[in-house]
Amino acid sequence: MTTDQQQGFNLKSEGKRVLRGSSGGRVDQKANPVEKAKGEYDVVVIGGGLAGLTGANVMATQGYRVCLLEQHYNYGGMATWFRRPGGHVFDISLHGFPVGMVKSMRRYWSKEIADSIVQLESIRFDNPQFSFETQFTREDYTNKVVNAFKLDRAHVESFYDYLRKMEYYNNDGTTTGQMLERFFPGRNDVHRAFMEPITYANGSTLHEPAITYGIVFSNFMSKGVFTFSGGTDQLIMRMRKIMAQSGVDMFSGAQVERVLVEKGRVAGVRVNGRDIKARTVLSNANIKATVLKLAGEENFKPEFIEQTKAVRLSGSSCQVYIGIRQGEEIPFITDLLFCSEATHFTSEELCDMHTKSRTFSFYYPKTRPHLKNAGFTIVSSNNANWTDWQGLDETEYEREKNALIERTVTHLEKYIPDVRSKIDHLEASTPRTFNFYTQQVQGASFGTKFEGLDVSMKLSEQIPGLYHAGSVGIIMSGWLGTVNYGVITANKMAEYLHGSRSGVAS
Amino acid sequence: MTDEHIKQAIIGIIADIAPDEDTGSIDPAVRLRDQMDLDSMDFLDIVMELRKRYGVQVPDTDYQHLASLDSCVAYLRDKMAGKQLVS
Ligand SMILES: Cc1cc2nc3c(=O)[nH]c(=O)nc-3n(C[C@H](O)[C@H](O)[C@H](O)COP(=O)(O)OP(=O)(O)OC[C@H]3O[C@@H](n4cnc5c(N)ncnc54)[C@H](O)[C@@H]3O)c2cc1C
Repeated sequence: MTTDQQQGFNLKSEGKRVLRGSSGGRVDQKANPVEKAKGEYDVVVIGGGLAGLTGANVMATQGYRVCLLEQHYNYGGMATWFRRPGGHVFDISLHGFPVGMVKSMRRYWSKEIADSIVQLESIRFDNPQFSFETQFTREDYTNKVVNAFKLDRAHVESFYDYLRKMEYYNNDGTTTGQMLERFFPGRNDVHRAFMEPITYANGSTLHEPAITYGIVFSNFMSKGVFTFSGGTDQLIMRMRKIMAQSGVDMFSGAQVERVLVEKGRVAGVRVNGRDIKARTVLSNANIKATVLKLAGEENFKPEFIEQTKAVRLSGSSCQVYIGIRQGEEIPFITDLLFCSEATHFTSEELCDMHTKSRTFSFYYPKTRPHLKNAGFTIVSSNNANWTDWQGLDETEYEREKNALIERTVTHLEKYIPDVRSKIDHLEASTPRTFNFYTQQVQGASFGTKFEGLDVSMKLSEQIPGLYHAGSVGIIMSGWLGTVNYGVITANKMAEYLHGSRSGVAS
Repeated sequence: MTDEHIKQAIIGIIADIAPDEDTGSIDPAVRLRDQMDLDSMDFLDIVMELRKRYGVQVPDTDYQHLASLDSCVAYLRDKMAGKQLVS
């Protein structure tokens, strides 16, 4: 393994080009994927994750000439799905998002997409400390925690109010763990109820700045948890249609190797060996890869490079994909099950390679109501560390994956005793899988820790015309965070382009 | 553009980005946030629409000037001078 691979950089820029496909990325790439691209654009977007897609679409609807280059054969990044024999469709990151998605989808995509967003009916917690079902609305969740933990309702409300106001405070160095301890001293069970779902949602731990928790928790703790009816494939298909109408030139299988910088400014990108000129470049690639690999250290001030290198990546994930044989059914358990057999809650246990904690997402036929033969699938997710998985040789890797699958199915039998006999497909993904398909450094599922946001936002101060949007800084991760960050960055780019057209910024 | 037109321009934008809000009864002296369910993304949309419709730039350090209709008018009076109201 090269040093780059050990660090989790995975930029296939040399050697034989292959399509990253369902056969493990071994389909040869035939045609030149960027043959039809024009020579110059106002905006070139590197990467078609939710932030890149949204940024591209917003720029195109403002009248700019936009080109989007995605290295994978499919668009969506982590917002993706795959099909398997037996009629199975597995969603990777469609577990739940906050209500804010409705507004963002309506505003930056379409009413039709927004109208397909539906609330999850039920969320369950089950672990040795407590067990209850909730809709995760503010009202219902408060009732449940007040009952389960015999808490004072006014105190819980004051905790929410404190969190809601945090947006306006400065980051004073308090960690989420310290804040939870201050509000609920010695109550590991209460900390678990408040922290566990957020760890699953964005990989954050008790050791992050409390402000990241405040913002994300407040987003969720309002009207419940939502999902996209129709599945991730329908969402991405509709987005692509809208982008075609907005006039975005989209190319998949297009690996950007380099951001071109001339006289200190962005000049374009090199993609599959070809140079495309651009007045601005929006990178949706991982922020560390954007600076250190795509643009290159030599184009930044040394302090900025130091700052970038010091940015910690978020954790990664493991998933187990469980397909129920066509014709078999499973009863309605819940939509989302946060379950654990660990007696106590720690952030370390959640990320451990052999964690006893996982989230099951149950996909019933209602997930894809447009399909006649929509079946049942179950996806189990847990947090994971790149370092635990990265160094394994192929034999150990297969063994660990199989052990993960076995632990997961055994855990599931607690809730559906006869499930094993109904399963006809089992498959696992690890941090290595996420790294391979999206080139997220170290397979980071949620970008970076808090400090990454500053680097992302200051990119254009270092290289005018170069911007970043994508999961970063914990608060800008997840479907809602990355969509909104795509818009925020697009606004900055439009400001720059508008200014340089009238000669202000040039 | 007259002050009244500037107000109408802002109200027109809000009506488009927040169709559920009642824009008929906005008190120009009171912060928009205190009368309507507007968050920071909504203000970003106002900024983007001002650029798109009127070619007006509002750098993020100036967002505070968009707090109320009255403060919008005061801030945008020079920038919007000579522009036509877009409906
Ligand atoms: C297992 C898992 C479960 C999740 N569950 C949820 C959930 O339930 N709800 C939720 O809101 N969020 C969830 N998330 C998080 C959410 O999916 C991500 O935060 C979000 O999709 C990231 O979007 P992005 O645009 O930042 O980046 P990505 O999705 O990583 O997209 C980046 C894109 O850029 C492309 N790219 C990178 N480098 C290059 C290059 N050099 N040239 C060309 N293309 C390039 C990649 O191929 C990729 O398509 C989950 C994530 C994971 C991993």
